Amino acid sequence: MVPVLEIVDLKKCFGDFIAVDTLNFQVEEGCFFSILGPSGCGKTTLLRMIAGFQTSTQGKVLIRGRDMSKVPPNRRPVNLVFQNLALFPMMNVRENIAFGLKRQGHAATEISRRVDSMLERVHLSGYGDKDIAQLSGGQKQRVAIARSLVLEPSLLLLDEPLGALDLKLREQMKIELKKLQAEVGTTFMYITHDQSEALVMSDLVAVMNSGRFEQLDTPRNLYSNPASRFVAAFIGETNILPVQRTGRDPLKVRTSSGLELCGTPVGDGLGEPLDLFIRPESIILHPTGSIADINRFSLTVHNILFDGSNTKLLATVDGSDQELSVALPQNQQFAHICAGDTVPAGVHVDSCRCYPRDSA
Amino acid sequence: MKNHLRLGLVIFLTPVLLWLLLLIVVPHLELLLMSLQGKNEFGETVWTFTNYSNFFTEKIYWYTFVRTALYAMAVTVLTFLVTFPVAFYITKVVSPRLSGFLTILLLMPFWVSELVRVYGWMILLRESGVINHLLITAGLLEAPVEMLYNDISMLMGLVYTSMLFMVVPLISSLEGMDDSLIEAAHDLGASPVTIFLRIIIPYAAPGITSGSIVVFMLALGNYLTPKLMGGKNSLWFTEQIYNEFIASFNWNQGAAFGFLLLVLSSAIIWAGLKISKQQLGKVVS
Repeated sequence: MVPVLEIVDLKKCFGDFIAVDTLNFQVEEGCFFSILGPSGCGKTTLLRMIAGFQTSTQGKVLIRGRDMSKVPPNRRPVNLVFQNLALFPMMNVRENIAFGLKRQGHAATEISRRVDSMLERVHLSGYGDKDIAQLSGGQKQRVAIARSLVLEPSLLLLDEPLGALDLKLREQMKIELKKLQAEVGTTFMYITHDQSEALVMSDLVAVMNSGRFEQLDTPRNLYSNPASRFVAAFIGETNILPVQRTGRDPLKVRTSSGLELCGTPVGDGLGEPLDLFIRPESIILHPTGSIADINRFSLTVHNILFDGSNTKLLATVDGSDQELSVALPQNQQFAHICAGDTVPAGVHVDSCRCYPRDSA
Repeated sequence: MKNHLRLGLVIFLTPVLLWLLLLIVVPHLELLLMSLQGKNEFGETVWTFTNYSNFFTEKIYWYTFVRTALYAMAVTVLTFLVTFPVAFYITKVVSPRLSGFLTILLLMPFWVSELVRVYGWMILLRESGVINHLLITAGLLEAPVEMLYNDISMLMGLVYTSMLFMVVPLISSLEGMDDSLIEAAHDLGASPVTIFLRIIIPYAAPGITSGSIVVFMLALGNYLTPKLMGGKNSLWFTEQIYNEFIASFNWNQGAAFGFLLLVLSSAIIWAGLKISKQQLGKVVS
């Protein structure tokens, strides 16, 4: 089966600056594919090359096996949802959605039927005759997506479309977008710098940094098994401790405050110096004695950051000034802990991941 | 508090209202009365429609009137065609820094009075002018050609003097347009021609309309440029008005012509707004 999108050795330079550095990947039919990266990592450039607004310095973009290098944006079977939506202000909702269909030369009845069914699909039935200025942020969002989706593209590109919405609406749109994608089955390629958007919605996420993919994986794997230091630091919250290696096989490290821990090395060629990554939720409070392969230490609690289901402790290790953030389990089991308490704690060896510091 | 506000309003509005009343309303009322008056055989002033009926019976008045209206419309269209690419280039193609510089460059000729600029054109175009001289020196012409005093030179002069009033509203309306609208249309399958007709023109429509209104009115009411560059053949309606007032000293007839011109320009602008589906309030704000 031919993949919807195939990127071969794609590279883009602006003068000396390499925005996209020799990428190779494929996107399968019906997949919700996200590219996650900090601003300036080249993700928008990549998207614009796929949409046809930018030419590549080198390499190829193939859509359903067809080379797109000579195809202008208006003839590519992809559509882009712009970051600022770019709805046409002089047209009403219906005219906006019908714009692309009219360009394809469909009959008026056919256009009207498809626009109506698309309006229904994005829960905007009855809004067809409204002006764009009359819509709320979330409604504009849905019009922008409907306008592209009505053309039934092979691939729908979305350039941080939720960026302009407020937090609450963004959470809601995230779920709506995922549902919509599952309903229509169109392949989505979603660009974002917001990890929660990428993790919640996607089937596959590519973490991008300095024009390259650091890791292409499922959201679950990205979180629990980050392949590089950058991914580990970028995805989710984490405690980063600079450490020195004191033994290899099994890896033993010592923090600057003198705490000795066993760790799991990630990647090959573990030179010096190393960074130890521990997720806040992988620190176990009051570990029972029967757990094997666990680093044990005691924590002095300094602060309790109450945030409902996301409550955390700020604690230092064994009286040193090494501060760790610890996530509390949601069952209120440790609700009695107060600032100043000392609690025994532990981390499984598998959760102490060591990355070389320079690879960032 | 309310009284304070009202007092402020009165203070600020008084000069404007006085201006409108003394310089626009009163003279026009006077002109209107004058246009409805005439002298009978005994030299007495009487109320009459003769001034208006003269206009409809004398062919030359009619001819000049229609010709002026059509040419003013042509000037408006030509000015738009000349300035739109310029405005588009300045706002969408070049970098923002260069665009400021180019705009100033565009406005610079308008720091000089219209009279001087028209004389500049005359120096270039006349029989013993710069262009004729260059063409003869280059061997392209045997004898000098008179390039002034025809309809084309007059139209060119009018377009030139009106350009500023079209390009400024065009630039300001195109500046407000997000480039991603053009890209979005392109992405949705529109060709460059469709993008221009369906996206750019409708977006700039208020600017185009307000520029067109100003240019049309200025061209219609222009006296200097048709007179100097069109010469005797220009047959511009403002010249008829001038002749009635100054040459024939028939103020009643001149006043009637003035009113007819006012009605004409209002009617054409009204029709233009109706056809382009624009609202005057939106366009000028």
